[in-house]
Amino acid sequence: MKFSDLHLRVPWHDLEKAKRIIAKSSELGYSQVGVPLQPNIKQEAVDRLRQVCEEFGIDFVTRIELVPKSSSELLGSLRRFRRQYEVVSVSCGSKPLARQAAKDRRVDLLCFPGFEWKKRFFDKGEAELASRSGAAFEIDLASVLTSEGFLRVSLISSLRREVATAKSHRVPLVLSSGATDLLLLRKPEDYASLALLFDLDSSSALDAVSKNPVDIVERNRNKLSQDYVAPGVRLVSVEGRRVI
Amino acid sequence: MTRLVRRRYLALKLEGEGTFDRNMVSDALWTAVLRLFGEVGVSQAGLFLVEFDLEKMSAVLRCSHRVLPNVKAAIASVTKIGGQPAAIHVSRVSGSLKTLRRKTAKRRV
Repeated sequence: MKFSDLHLRVPWHDLEKAKRIIAKSSELGYSQVGVPLQPNIKQEAVDRLRQVCEEFGIDFVTRIELVPKSSSELLGSLRRFRRQYEVVSVSCGSKPLARQAAKDRRVDLLCFPGFEWKKRFFDKGEAELASRSGAAFEIDLASVLTSEGFLRVSLISSLRREVATAKSHRVPLVLSSGATDLLLLRKPEDYASLALLFDLDSSSALDAVSKNPVDIVERNRNKLSQDYVAPGVRLVSVEGRRVI
Repeated sequence: MTRLVRRRYLALKLEGEGTFDRNMVSDALWTAVLRLFGEVGVSQAGLFLVEFDLEKMSAVLRCSHRVLPNVKAAIASVTKIGGQPAAIHVSRVSGSLKTLRRKTAKRRV
């Protein structure tokens, strides 16, 4: 089974620390990591991170986290960045924004602020839109690990409700570490065990750390390749000529 | 004759910034189960730290097989041992100590 962590927050400006975190991910059994990158990041820094990942036998995935304030800003950012990154996630801070993100086919992951339960807009309407567009619901487990007391109780309660909604509407779930530190990293199987807290059965939890994120990356890489025309249609080369 | 309570043995790998002793690790595990599943959860878990190796930073934990998923979730949720940042990873699970030792020895080779 190929395990993937699409939200490994490595400090790209500190290559030594990034190296340690990526090495640890490899040791824990991940074969693919998604690193959130700033839009203004230099290509050299991306290449260095990619090189470090290759060193440890890990597939490096570029990811951008969009935190727009309005729907129009989201559309502008998607137009600008969609073809530059392999995974696009949107942090939804308002309901209209969450709805726009859920219905846009260019969005891969929907994220909601961990501890602001009033800003968690993943309800039936959102799930229905997400299920049509193919967007997945991402859960960052670092927030579950770092919280305690009432905060953790309310977070787990929200997650339980949202996971049930996602499952009933067949929205793919993605479990990510969201780790910024070595000691916040866990094995993929341990993350799957943690998902028990919000009533996710073990096979769905394992899919959420393996099949679902890997499928998203594969789908996007196909779309970003030069041969891609439309779903199911690719350019193939015959005797030096390219035909559809 | 089958046993009334079947047990599971978990080989644990510890990581952290400070040094820990057996009591600290045991306490962290108990606290984690208590925080997530309450006193009833702890009473059902039958937790016991069978082995602790400070040099290898490893331990063996025993629990009831009925609550194994809960115990694994609680272990993953440990972020501190003795007040120091730490993490515990489950490396193997087995039904007997003998098999667990054999499997972990094989893995090292």
